[in-house]
Amino acid sequence: MMNSETTADARTADDAGKILVKRGLAQMLKGGVIMDVVTPDHAVIAEKAGAVAVMALERVPADIRAHGGVARMSDPGLIREIMQAVSIPVMAKCRIGHFVEAQILEAIGVDYIDESEVLTPADEMYHVNKHNFRIPFVCGCRNLGEALRRIGEGAAMIRTKGEAGTGDVVEAVRHARSVLGEIRMLQNKADEELMSYAKEIGAPYELVKETKALKRLPVVNFAAGGIATPADAALMMQIGVDGVFVGSGIFKSGDPARRAKAIVEATTHYLNPDILARVSENLGEPMVGINVGSLDPKEQLAQRGW
Amino acid sequence: MKIGVLALQGAFREHMTILRRLGADVVEVRLPEDLRDLDGLILPGGESTTIGKLAAAYGLIDSLKRFAQDRPVWGTCAGMILMAGKIDFDQPRLGFMNIAVQRNAFGRQADSFVEDLRICVWKDSERHPFPGVFIRAPKILDSGEGVEVIARLSDGTAVGAQEGKWLATAFHPELTQDMRFHRYFIDIVKN
Repeated sequence: MMNSETTADARTADDAGKILVKRGLAQMLKGGVIMDVVTPDHAVIAEKAGAVAVMALERVPADIRAHGGVARMSDPGLIREIMQAVSIPVMAKCRIGHFVEAQILEAIGVDYIDESEVLTPADEMYHVNKHNFRIPFVCGCRNLGEALRRIGEGAAMIRTKGEAGTGDVVEAVRHARSVLGEIRMLQNKADEELMSYAKEIGAPYELVKETKALKRLPVVNFAAGGIATPADAALMMQIGVDGVFVGSGIFKSGDPARRAKAIVEATTHYLNPDILARVSENLGEPMVGINVGSLDPKEQLAQRGW
Repeated sequence: MKIGVLALQGAFREHMTILRRLGADVVEVRLPEDLRDLDGLILPGGESTTIGKLAAAYGLIDSLKRFAQDRPVWGTCAGMILMAGKIDFDQPRLGFMNIAVQRNAFGRQADSFVEDLRICVWKDSERHPFPGVFIRAPKILDSGEGVEVIARLSDGTAVGAQEGKWLATAFHPELTQDMRFHRYFIDIVKN
């Protein structure tokens, strides 16, 4: 594959093509489960269970929360090992605003970069200018304004933040309800109201217009942060997201392989309660949860990002 | 005319939107009973290992193979991998089409690309090429008797094939505004 890089560049010379293939990969992940993994063995378990992609990490969010300190991009060596272990797409996280970590992840050749609030932010003002990268980015959001700011910076996929490492789905629900509810309200706004609305939510005007016309975000929108059971995954799908990220919920549970498979099946058959009941049986211990209501606001990772 | 789209995972809604725009009745297929009364079926792009496993777990492998015996099927990207008689990975699949396919044949996401394609069974595609969107795409390494290669990249790589009522494309017409491939498939279903 010596010259594949130059060939690919020549083929997708125009910006529209680049955006199409970046957003397109996220479209191929829809209806699927993206799983956090910390070793190549975990990655193989995730692939066998039917994950559409894995997120390569040194620690799952529950451990990041327990450890405290500064959470950074994972060791590139570990990410490479995980990339070699599986045939499905591999994602990895950089810190908010840490564009050099993003450059390193692009050099390794990961398939998607998550500019993530789960890691300690590197910049308290600015996110990465994601247009500068050939690798697509996924970013977290809590509401429509935040989602459209990230898309304006070049994100090719959005995930609602939820509250990572808690096993409590309440924040994932809150954020998905807020993004999807605001899109529904946008449908009732007259075109002359859109500029003021864009200013009010701090979003680019053109993207507000586009979202109104499409009746959805211009990119794929997954849910993340607190999904721990097949029922949680199906709940998020019925609320209206395109797929789910499961972080600590799988490998912090009693029987990761079984739970992973059950969550994959629940995400496909999210409208079928009979199947949901069957796949939810005998999954063993779920991850030990933290009630988000008991967290100090300073401990809430979702507050990170601007 | 009723066309099903396998809705286990992947970009099935994109296919459904275009089919509806072209006036077809469209049904999501997740279980074997959803295949009843369908005149044709699309296997969408997505993660082929995920789709294959879900198909196997819900009794769809045999019913899809039986369906394909007398009705048109079109697979895009992951769908093409599922249809291929021979692939380079050990994964659940349907395997009814006489082609050998390599997964992720162009590399990882950084190597995804768009290239205009000439579709040799269409008379106007010389002047109006089809936008081929390739995302971690497979390619066709070899094809057997009865298979016509209908699309190639400029370097000669085979990326689209037809075997009677079966159609396979390594690229994603459902991600473009160009509805000609969906119209072409609907014509196959009509005949």
